Amino acid sequence: MSETKTSRRPAVIALLLVAGLLLVPAAPAFAKTEIQFWHAMTGQLNDAVNALVKQFNDSQTEYEVKPLQKGNYAEALTAAIAAYRQRQAPNIVQVFEVGTQTMMLSGAILPVYQLMKEQEIAMDWKDFIAPVVGYYSKDGNLYSMPFNSSTPILFYNKDEFQKAGLDPTKPPQTWKQVEEYSKKLIASGASKCGFSTGWPSWVQIENMHALHDQPFATKHNGFDGLDVELLINREFGVKHMAQLVAWQKENVFSYGGRRGDADPKFLSGECAMYMQSSSLIGGFTKGASFKWATGQLPHYGAPYKRATSIIGGATLWVMKGKPANENRGTARFLKFISDTNQQMWWHVTTGYLAISNSAVKNLEAGYHFKKNPDQYTAFAQLTKGTATPNSQGLRLGNFVQIRDVIEAEMENVFAGKKTAKQGLDDAVAKSNELLKEFAAANKQ
Amino acid sequence: MSAVGTTRLEPVQARVQVAATPRQKGFPWSSLLVHALLIACIAVVVFPLYFAFVVSTQDLKQVVQRPPRLLPSTHMWENYAEAWQKSDMGVMLRNSAVMAVTVAVGKIVISMLSAFAVVYFSFRGRMLCFWMIFVTLMLPVPVRLMSTYEVIGTLGWLNTYQGLTVPLMASATATFLFRQFYLTIPNELAEAAQLDGAGPLRFLFQFLLPLSWANIAALFVVLFIFGWNQYLWPLMITNTEAMRTVVIGLEQLIPRSGTDLPTWNLIMAGAMMALLPPVAIIIFMQRWFVKGLVESEK
Amino acid sequence: MHRTVFKSRWLPYVLVAPQMAVTVLFFFWPALKSLQLSLYRVSPFGDKSTFTGLDNFTKLLSDPAYYASVVNSVLFSGSVTVLAVLAALVLAGLATQKIRGLAIYRTLLLWPYGIAPAVAGIIFLFIFHPSYGILPYFLSFVTDYQFNWLLKSWVAMTLVIVATAWTHLGYNIAFYIAGLLAIPTSVIEAADVDGAGPIRRFVSIVFPLVSPITFYLVVLNMVFAFFESFGVIDAVTKGGPGQSTEILVYKLYRDGFIGLNLGSSGAQSVILMAMVITLTVLQFRFAEKKVTYR
Repeated sequence: MSETKTSRRPAVIALLLVAGLLLVPAAPAFAKTEIQFWHAMTGQLNDAVNALVKQFNDSQTEYEVKPLQKGNYAEALTAAIAAYRQRQAPNIVQVFEVGTQTMMLSGAILPVYQLMKEQEIAMDWKDFIAPVVGYYSKDGNLYSMPFNSSTPILFYNKDEFQKAGLDPTKPPQTWKQVEEYSKKLIASGASKCGFSTGWPSWVQIENMHALHDQPFATKHNGFDGLDVELLINREFGVKHMAQLVAWQKENVFSYGGRRGDADPKFLSGECAMYMQSSSLIGGFTKGASFKWATGQLPHYGAPYKRATSIIGGATLWVMKGKPANENRGTARFLKFISDTNQQMWWHVTTGYLAISNSAVKNLEAGYHFKKNPDQYTAFAQLTKGTATPNSQGLRLGNFVQIRDVIEAEMENVFAGKKTAKQGLDDAVAKSNELLKEFAAANKQ
Repeated sequence: MSAVGTTRLEPVQARVQVAATPRQKGFPWSSLLVHALLIACIAVVVFPLYFAFVVSTQDLKQVVQRPPRLLPSTHMWENYAEAWQKSDMGVMLRNSAVMAVTVAVGKIVISMLSAFAVVYFSFRGRMLCFWMIFVTLMLPVPVRLMSTYEVIGTLGWLNTYQGLTVPLMASATATFLFRQFYLTIPNELAEAAQLDGAGPLRFLFQFLLPLSWANIAALFVVLFIFGWNQYLWPLMITNTEAMRTVVIGLEQLIPRSGTDLPTWNLIMAGAMMALLPPVAIIIFMQRWFVKGLVESEK
Repeated sequence: MHRTVFKSRWLPYVLVAPQMAVTVLFFFWPALKSLQLSLYRVSPFGDKSTFTGLDNFTKLLSDPAYYASVVNSVLFSGSVTVLAVLAALVLAGLATQKIRGLAIYRTLLLWPYGIAPAVAGIIFLFIFHPSYGILPYFLSFVTDYQFNWLLKSWVAMTLVIVATAWTHLGYNIAFYIAGLLAIPTSVIEAADVDGAGPIRRFVSIVFPLVSPITFYLVVLNMVFAFFESFGVIDAVTKGGPGQSTEILVYKLYRDGFIGLNLGSSGAQSVILMAMVITLTVLQFRFAEKKVTYR
């Protein structure tokens, strides 16, 4: 509807001009481009992320990365998805390793190698540690930037070892030794149980298969296609599960729950040995009231080869559809955190693995590992074994639910409701269903 | 004396009188028995809370100590201070308070107005409105979980107070409560008001509202607790620490990622802080709560 | 029944508008969307969606895990209801006897209602903890049996049932106290004169008189335990061990939110909707009957 405002029009124009003039000094020349970075780190790790981001922001004036804690890994992912559907996705989102396949096939991400190419930032891809990079690459190209990677290792209570007459500088290296030591520990009263484990599926199924050069799933652990089936109910898988159950009867092994629920078993001295993520080194340093040290995960020995373990943790994914100038900032941030200095700083501060060989070399040169031998265990386990196709990692769709299924069946086996073979068979059957569904939903 | 379910306009005094009247002439030993039973039951009921309090005053070594200590220790202030700081309790308590009060007040206001409209007006679509409200009784949050999440996303209300409170606001239970109550108010009152020349709004505020206070008080208690103790909805809708409610924040104090160690004394301190406000509201408004329930019981 | 009504052309619409708006926006629209979602297979990021008809439903109904979670839900809510309502009746009965200090007792019994089930769950989790909980500790003097809820599903189920029932007690007690207080003393005194002992008095007079309350509480508790107890499960057992405490609502959340399978989650929502509708209709049918009974 039109209305003649001839008498008011000059005044309005004048007002707009004045306002415009007032706004000019605040022109965007001084505004930094913001990069939204969503992550799932809590507590001290949250502080470390903030510190790392601050280092980047302080090092240049064009971009400002804004870190936002978005809950736990699952919540952060769902939030990112919801935001993406509303076209309000962040630039960078941290996603756990089990979400890799989902992210890769989503069509919502910009692969890191492509980002770097577009932004013409040179990266020395060969410098990255193979096991870490292999997990997140397709056709030799890196899709997401490794950020906080860890691998499970063996922690053991030196005080209790001593009490039981064992050499506190020699952790067990074979499963046979684990059994022997456990029995000695229990007999001498040094501890109530021999060992426990965190993240049952990740440590005892996924990593044990990789370490012993056994396939976890068909199609090269899922790397080669979507019509995948699990293989954990074959000879090796059943053997190890049955062994754990047998050991449970003698308290050599004591089940303590999923995730890190079993941590108190080690911390309270109930169990003298504990298999958990290397990222717990920091936490144990603060919380343990006894002397402890680390060793590599035990191995059954012949006829199995000793390969490497696989990683866990999360990586940073870049979301698609962002303007070019923001992408440039994102690329520079990712380059920054993968530089040797930042890698070293991150590793020393958080205990997560440094992912480039140069960083590891520098840490060695600076005697960091001599002073903190426990932090070298994880590296050694990842790089000093023989890398095989079975130890490169896992790439499965619906992996979150698959882990749940496996751990639920493990609990059924530990509770004596099913035999090892039965439990694993059921786990495989259910997981294969989930894999089929994923394949159907992602028909390419 | 009236039994439950008939007229509701009985002066409250009569009810109070009933409560105070001794109902049995018993021998002293039988009332001792009752006392004993009650104390035993209360001990069982109160024990978990007492124990939680005790743990919240201990330090970590005492927590894992065997045999466990059952008397409060001396670390109360440090624990509470640390729990407060670690999980930013102040922010979370504020969020919970905003949520609880907003949901309670919002629900009461909305329901009262629509119940009033449905009872005291005759308009086209009246029965339709009534049935639409009725149907929502059948749609608790979990049933519409993922799609409500999407709706909130579309509105841009993710991680906001509006997103947190509004979807919880219109449930039929409060509307029905008011409707039932209004139906028991004698016609004469409305007629008298109309004769007096009072319009509907004046009737609502000057006549109905004063009569409804007991109902409203009881509803407030129930809804405040409902809002404060919400878990699933805030879990999904908020994902920054600044918006977390206290119940969710507490669950997050329990470390599950294995990189932090469980500090149960802090967790219990957090739990105490999380349950204090709603419990205080119950204790404080206990009398109205029970009264309001009698009058609104269906 | 003649009711006096006010005359206004626009006021009633204005009055119902807020509730209608919220109802349509946050009840009907999402419910319809759930219905729609259940007929599709959607990729997590929403870029691919294929119509699959009743596929999601058939998958669910032929999945033993789904039936297991139905059983778990019924077992869980049934036990919580029985425990919470029965205990509440007994306690309310005790708390309305002629004794001093009634008000104090009542306060002490009511307050657990203010505790969120999730918080109660956390407290009970600590008490039941296999490594340092005090309950297993004291029980270990009595028996060698390992009350490890991480391994034994019945212990885990007991844990969450007790925690949830504990929080419902206060609400139920409040209702029963109100109801018991409203029973005319004349009725009780008549029974007294008849020579009926306290227990017979309770069973044949008091109990029938409070049966409407009982019925209401049973339905309410069941619905609450069935649908709103997500907090306890998530805070304590997360559906374990081995999915033995995975109730329907939890499964819905896990599949939809964590597993990102929106189609299956939608189908589960629809089935839940059907269950609630049935329950609500049943409740109203019976409630109407009971009201005329008085």
